[in-house]
Amino acid sequence: MEEKLVVSSSPHIRSGATTRKIMLDVILALVPAAIVSVIVFGPRALMIMAVTILSCVLSEYICRRVMKRENTIGDLSAVVTGLLLAFNLPVSIHPLMAAFGGMIAIVVVKQMFGGIGQNFVNPALTARIILMNSFPTPMTTWTQPRSYLGDAVTTASPLGLLKQGASADQLPSLMNMFVGNTAGCLGETCALALILGGIYLVVRKVISPVIPLCYIGTAAVLSLCMGRNVWIDLLSGGLMLGAIFMATDYATSPITLKGQVIFAIGCGVITMLIRNFGSLPEGVSYSIVVMNILVPLIDSATRPVAFGKEPVKDEAQR
Amino acid sequence: MELTFPTKPFKTHGGAAVPHRKNTAQVESVMLPPPEQVVLPMQQHVGPPCTPTVKVGDTVLIGQKIADSTAFVSAPIHATISGTVSAIKKVTLSGGQFMDAVVIDSDGKMEVSPDVKPPVINSLPEFLEAVHASGLVGLGGAGFPAHVKLKVPDDKNVDTLIINVAECEPYITSDNRCAIEDTDEIFTGVRAVQHWLGLHRVILGVEGNKPDVIAKFNKYLSESQEASDQEIKVLELRSSYPQGAEKVLIQSCTGRRVPIGKLPADAGCVVMNVTSCAHLGTFLKTGMPLVDKRLTIDGSAIKSPKNVVVPIGTNIRTIIDFCGGYKATPKKILMGGPMMGVSIVSDNLPVIKQNNAIVCLDEKEAHKLEPSACIRCGRCVTGCPMNLMPTLLEKNAIAKRVDELKSLDVMDCMECGTCSFNCPAGRPLVQAIRLGKAMVRAEGKK
Repeated sequence: MEEKLVVSSSPHIRSGATTRKIMLDVILALVPAAIVSVIVFGPRALMIMAVTILSCVLSEYICRRVMKRENTIGDLSAVVTGLLLAFNLPVSIHPLMAAFGGMIAIVVVKQMFGGIGQNFVNPALTARIILMNSFPTPMTTWTQPRSYLGDAVTTASPLGLLKQGASADQLPSLMNMFVGNTAGCLGETCALALILGGIYLVVRKVISPVIPLCYIGTAAVLSLCMGRNVWIDLLSGGLMLGAIFMATDYATSPITLKGQVIFAIGCGVITMLIRNFGSLPEGVSYSIVVMNILVPLIDSATRPVAFGKEPVKDEAQR
Repeated sequence: MELTFPTKPFKTHGGAAVPHRKNTAQVESVMLPPPEQVVLPMQQHVGPPCTPTVKVGDTVLIGQKIADSTAFVSAPIHATISGTVSAIKKVTLSGGQFMDAVVIDSDGKMEVSPDVKPPVINSLPEFLEAVHASGLVGLGGAGFPAHVKLKVPDDKNVDTLIINVAECEPYITSDNRCAIEDTDEIFTGVRAVQHWLGLHRVILGVEGNKPDVIAKFNKYLSESQEASDQEIKVLELRSSYPQGAEKVLIQSCTGRRVPIGKLPADAGCVVMNVTSCAHLGTFLKTGMPLVDKRLTIDGSAIKSPKNVVVPIGTNIRTIIDFCGGYKATPKKILMGGPMMGVSIVSDNLPVIKQNNAIVCLDEKEAHKLEPSACIRCGRCVTGCPMNLMPTLLEKNAIAKRVDELKSLDVMDCMECGTCSFNCPAGRPLVQAIRLGKAMVRAEGKK
């Protein structure tokens, strides 16, 4: 035998899953919501998405070059961040603001902490919060759905209306909220598209349904207890987007099942506290970011018990 | 306490959906024509190596003892072909270690030694001595001497014998073929262990991907006249890797969990591989010690994959040539399966007792993913059958934090490879954990 053999540590085969394939699945899962946003908010929505994605990918590329690290744009995680950031912006935002947001997400939040898997808060959400504090008015100027066909009309988001004390009949119908025909950020309006994407991710085993279900479930229960309109709370604002796509971010959510339950319940509680008692109409971004910060603590508190270390039980029940 | 037979397996944690690739499961095993030479390394078991009891120039016959050790944890080695001892020399083994080996040149006659006659057994010590004399070691791959395993300490209350027919590694079908072809020998061995150890519950754990084995065993048991066979039952296990890992198997079959750092006896179980039982049965019937082995020869680089029964000590290259040789340049040759097998430096190595497969991977199949950053997806944690946190173990092994490794129970890892298999970032988790375990062991020796 002339050719040399490769000698390495077992195992010698792999499942075939790669970071890139996982990110591609997330992008695919976001496509329905992206399509709806273009239908609801017009071609400008597409432009905003392009700007944030470009800004994120470019920031990642330059950042890795400057830091003299291997180029990682091929793993597509910057594309996911860019798309999610666009989903968290109003359609009327100035493209430069959107680009700035992308840069913040990648450079400050992700790469400065070591790149993929190392950031301790969700990059897209943190960028949204920074934009919100830097440009409060453009970040909360909502456009009437489908008004791009004529003159763009600004309006309040359903949660904004609710905060101002509007009654249920002044709000868009539940059906409109479900299919996305309402004012709000690009990707958050259509619960249907987001749920479809979520189901796809669960089927593809990219995410477990634990975080979305616990998050949404907690929010629903609290909404009921607070005497709010549960359906409006679930279908409006960023809850679906946050619960399905942002709170499930691998790097910033707990690694164990038990930890994920605690994390998701925490997200639900903070979201509803902000919505009900805070001066802001919406609390999804803050709730997730706050819980992100707690993840290392949750992780160390929910470390799995090694096989055979638990107290001995005989003939355990099935 | 009343012992019950489970009708379905108990729940276990983690695991991975590895590909089955049991290409050779339905193909009858073939005998290798007698090889011209065998090389028998002095260590084919866990424990101190044997010393040769023959010298260069001696004539030996099949089944004649050629090496032994006075150590308790050891197993004698027997001539696997008839012929002349042509050399006793150092050879390199699969793990890279140098070891004395007895080389026997065949006389082509395959003559059986007159020493080979059924043992007379009247008591448990005699039974254990017979098991020792048969040279039997754990044939599932561990190579732990069988008589040591079967000598249950007096303070342990063992009530269950589990026969491992899980065979969860991809490609390997040698246990499967053994179960179909040597059914009678298997039950001879099983009944002997059941009788002498006084066990009243025997569970044959078979993965559901081998319905032919389950049917064959059930038919054999239903037709059996032996009253004690009422205490032997087949349990269909989930086809999930690593179902055949001892601790996982015990939990699947009995619901019991072996305490950390303890042995199956601490969970009241003795676990034996099915091929070990078949060899034990053969020895009890005929007196022929462990001299041959059924090997699965498969993988993307092998021309005609099959199960081959070969004398122990046969050169791997000879066996591969018998299987039509390579159809593609092999990039990796594995002793064992792709999940836990050892990759070897050359095909010029002898087969040893605990080998059950030679898997040859071509360039494409041997391709390794370049490691990238951990994305904290948690697939290693959810997959770990030992409920460990492989990603944390890896980080701490790289950082050489021995105390942290200990507190994360690194020694509980059995290196099944599920974490590395699952990892989308291609991280060499098992490799790092092995280094971590070595660090903990080294610290213990200080």
